[in-house]
Amino acid sequence: MTASQDWPLYEVFIRSRQGLSHVHAGSLHAADAKMALENARDVYTRRSEGTSIWVVESSAITASAPQDKGELFDPADSKVYRHPTFYEVPDDVECL
Amino acid sequence: MALADLAGKDRQNSFDEHVAADGKVEPKDWMPAAYRKTLVRQISQHAHSEVIGMQPEGNWISRAPSLRRKAILLAKVQDEAGHGLYLYSAAETLGVTRHEMEADLMSGKAKYSSIFNYPTLTWADVGCIGWLVDGAAIINQIPLCRCSYGPYARAMVRICKEESFHQRQGFELMMALAKGTASQKAMAQDALNRWWWPAVMMFGPPDGDSVHSSQNMAWKIKRFSNDELRQKFIDMTVKQCEALGLDIPDPDLKFNAATGHCDIGPIDWDEFWAVVKGHGPCNRQRLEQRNRAHDEGAWVREAATAFAAKERDRQQQRAA
Ligand SMILES: [Fe+2]
Ligand SMILES: [Fe+2]
Repeated sequence: MTASQDWPLYEVFIRSRQGLSHVHAGSLHAADAKMALENARDVYTRRSEGTSIWVVESSAITASAPQDKGELFDPADSKVYRHPTFYEVPDDVECL
Repeated sequence: MALADLAGKDRQNSFDEHVAADGKVEPKDWMPAAYRKTLVRQISQHAHSEVIGMQPEGNWISRAPSLRRKAILLAKVQDEAGHGLYLYSAAETLGVTRHEMEADLMSGKAKYSSIFNYPTLTWADVGCIGWLVDGAAIINQIPLCRCSYGPYARAMVRICKEESFHQRQGFELMMALAKGTASQKAMAQDALNRWWWPAVMMFGPPDGDSVHSSQNMAWKIKRFSNDELRQKFIDMTVKQCEALGLDIPDPDLKFNAATGHCDIGPIDWDEFWAVVKGHGPCNRQRLEQRNRAHDEGAWVREAATAFAAKERDRQQQRAA
């Protein structure tokens, strides 16, 4: 392997400040994870956007398929009783 | 009609409905082949423009008149490299490789914005690029933040946030020259004279001649026509010129009370098409420089690859 065209793609996740989760910021190619981290710092945190970075090789991510969307997520639609607004309680009772 | 065709028609219809209702499209969703192709073309051209766009300004980094201006210009050019990267990444989600896109740019097969085929002759040109070229780019790019293709829209949100400093530093630079000595003001006016029309042409051919417009509007890739965006830019810039005390090089420019907009004289579309076809002042130089930079960077890429392989080996030995 000599050419940079074989460099894997990494997904970059940034924690913008302490107390918040890492959020997907974008992706980049790098020779290895260390270089991905260094480049992510230069590309995605030049304006103090981050306090912590994760990089993950894109090929390591297992994703749900768009065509399975209905099967996976529709069943939740009919279960409205999982939300607090489903329940009828008197207005004048506090702390509910 | 065969069953497969019917299923295809269904898919096409539900895609059209989804997009018409301002729904977003994500990389793994089904999309029409032509939608994918259009996006690959537009996003990669956009990325190429960011990359080539570093050249005219990069030309002045070592000659910036103060440390402050030098730091600003370095930061701006570095931002443009980042914009290129965000956009290449967005295009890659559509199935094209970075290597293919780079190869198309370097061979001259792919296009980039014609504005970068004009030279930066004086320091005031750096101001004009930030103020006018980035200013025009912002007008083009803000509607793209709502583009139907998710990765492109998200890249544009990031880019637009960074662009506003580009335009402001350019205007500030022009202001410093315009309020400076007589020869500084003359330099600013000369740069405006040369950049005005190319900037006006950045929005592309007039609506009547624009090939991809209506389909791209239906697909929510484009939200406003070329002429609408151009008019917005003209109205905005005329006011800014007044603040600078500089004159727009167009004897026909006048406010139209009936429309509430500024009318301009005829645009030289022959010049536009000549530059698109490769006959601008700097087309050859820009491509040569991109190829040279790529070739001269080969050893860096090779070294990084070799170093990564060595580190992997070391880790495996330690684990064994
Ligand atoms: Fe940019
Ligand atoms: Fe910019």
